[in-house]
Amino acid sequence: MRHIIAVLLENEAGALSRVAGLFSARGYNIESLTVAPTDDPTLSRMTLVTTGNDEIVEQIKKQLNKLIDTVKLVDLSEGDHIEREMMMVKVRAERPDREELKRLVDIFRAKIIDVTDVSYVIELTGASRKLDAFIDALPEGLIIEVVRSGPTGIARGAKGLTL
Amino acid sequence: MSLTDAQPDGASPELSGAEIVIQALVDEGVELVFGYPGGAVLHIYDALFKQGSLKHILVRHEQAAAHAADGYARATGHCGVCLVTSGPGATNAVTGIATAYMDSIPMVVLTGQVPTPFIGSDAFQEVDTVGITRPCVKHNFLVKDVRDLALTIRKAFHIATTGRPGPVVVDIPKDVTDPNIRIPYVYPREIKLRSYNPVEKGHLGQIRKAVDLMLAAKRPVFYTGGGVVLGDGSAQLTELVKATGFPITSTLMGLGAFPMTDPQFLGMLGMHGTYEANMAMHETDVLIAIGARFDDRVTGKIEHFCPHARIIHIDVDPSSIAKNVKVDVPIVGQVASVLADMLRLYREQQPKSPANALDDWWAKIGEWRALNCLKYPANPEAIKPQFAVETLYKVTNGELYLASDVGQHQMFAAQFYPFDKPRRWINSGGLGTMGYGLPAAIGAQLAHPEAQVACISGDASILMCIQELATCQQYRLPIKVVLLNNGYMGMVRQWQELFYESRYSHSYVDALPDFVKLAESFGHVGMRVERPEHLEDAMREAFAMRDRFVFLDVIVDPTENVYPMIAAGKGHHEMQLSPSHSDRELA
Repeated sequence: MRHIIAVLLENEAGALSRVAGLFSARGYNIESLTVAPTDDPTLSRMTLVTTGNDEIVEQIKKQLNKLIDTVKLVDLSEGDHIEREMMMVKVRAERPDREELKRLVDIFRAKIIDVTDVSYVIELTGASRKLDAFIDALPEGLIIEVVRSGPTGIARGAKGLTL
Repeated sequence: MSLTDAQPDGASPELSGAEIVIQALVDEGVELVFGYPGGAVLHIYDALFKQGSLKHILVRHEQAAAHAADGYARATGHCGVCLVTSGPGATNAVTGIATAYMDSIPMVVLTGQVPTPFIGSDAFQEVDTVGITRPCVKHNFLVKDVRDLALTIRKAFHIATTGRPGPVVVDIPKDVTDPNIRIPYVYPREIKLRSYNPVEKGHLGQIRKAVDLMLAAKRPVFYTGGGVVLGDGSAQLTELVKATGFPITSTLMGLGAFPMTDPQFLGMLGMHGTYEANMAMHETDVLIAIGARFDDRVTGKIEHFCPHARIIHIDVDPSSIAKNVKVDVPIVGQVASVLADMLRLYREQQPKSPANALDDWWAKIGEWRALNCLKYPANPEAIKPQFAVETLYKVTNGELYLASDVGQHQMFAAQFYPFDKPRRWINSGGLGTMGYGLPAAIGAQLAHPEAQVACISGDASILMCIQELATCQQYRLPIKVVLLNNGYMGMVRQWQELFYESRYSHSYVDALPDFVKLAESFGHVGMRVERPEHLEDAMREAFAMRDRFVFLDVIVDPTENVYPMIAAGKGHHEMQLSPSHSDRELA
């Protein structure tokens, strides 16, 4: 099963490599990993997406918790939560395709953020599956480049992952 | 003399980074540092030279520095400390660090590093020590500013010694120890890390659940590991086992936590454990695992592991619980604290259970025991390695601090030298590091100068850190090496015999040194025994030399194997006994 885990880490040099090293050393799957400092500059927040059966995911959480740099951890998949991923797609946009691309951008509530005679850069934010759907919907052969941030997430409701 | 002595009216003394390193160790209560100097740590060695409170032991290889610090830690329970230079100094220490990591040994390793402006430039003797050691340490630090030095060292000791212990590396660039940059020194006594809060007390509700299971058990077994030794839970364990009357078995790492000569002790379990211990595991209905981690050498094939048991698991490390085997009652906490609570709750309930409830279970165990699974054929012509260990036990009254290398001799020692106290059996169980024994014995002997310390080894293992004979001479350490010399890498040979149709690929050591002369060349006493009837006298003679290092080269039966044995992929009930047991006995 797919799990999205949010981790508050000490914002120390090497904290990220400890997490990455843990996953490779123990052979855990890692689908995506994003990390950035939080409003508290001493803390980073990491979101990672992994897959595995219940036992493996339980071990992953225990091993993450065991890292000295891990301050707090929550498995967002255990409750109601919101996931968002950001994507930028560079597409070939020549005359016959431009209108169709514009329509798709509107349907998906995406944005065109760069335009040349022959290309668009489209920005789209949403759950990962919506991003997948957009890629699938694009006419064949137009994609030049895709860049995705990997999902981040937050729990619904008033409670937060804070100190 | 202390570096902080000459301060007027209580002001913080001004120290250089190098002096801070030394003073922090002194303030931490460290007595001994095992190390080897080199370019990046010269400032620290100079500060070491100028002080008198910290004793430094010069080893002959950085691997031995780590092993000796580790042996010291295991023999005392204190944190081991070693100091090595950058680059090869650090990489040489890695085997010792990984050894300590696998067995959860508290250790702080100070490594020199090239000056901060040179980091990342492939400078002379530069390696990414923090990167290289990351997977085999509990935590590590790179100190980039002398103002962080004292606090970082305090954190390192705190992390190394609390919770599930382990090695911590502190990498210190040379410019951070610059003798010309002096800052006020304050050593923080109390430390709190918001991201690190090891659990102390176990959950009482869980412990009560465990006690209920134990009281209802018909075929209970305690299965204890190195965590009982590390967590100083030996006294509590012994009391609980006595109060319950349950049988107990132990992993290789836990030997001595409960007196091995006690009739409730079934012997070691696992691959080379006793028949009765492994059969008890197979038949048990309530397994009480304490400070043990269900290692593959212990469990055998997981599908066959304790098929009838409800499992209680006490461990300080939550990630050890349910890692390999599903557990019914997990209890996270310090072993000593949880066992004390468990004993109290057990005693409150105990009168309800009849005193003879375990008679059938003990009768069953008695039948397994009657097989005498450790039996080996006597041989008047050759010294059997088992006989050598039995004789060692007799000669030393079971009182040794016994460090071991890795292989057949290690298993024979575990089977035939019953320890009645914790911290006496010092061996590399998790990583299985050949070469560990001699330097570990150095650490144990320095920790206990008056005690008898021996290293049991094989002709292959001993050569992996043989240079430490020089360290033993320099510090006049009266260690006794008992070498079970069979001319083979015995355990490799055994597996090749059993599983590779006796194709002895590179397991025969064709050019062994004359160990007697070798020992003598380092200034030690060397002795050789080849006949069984001479062995006891030779050992008595060796151990009578209380102030000398003696290297006892015992020529043993070259092709003896370790039995009983559970082959890889088999269950506890599928033990292979030695050929000296007839088929009739097996059935």
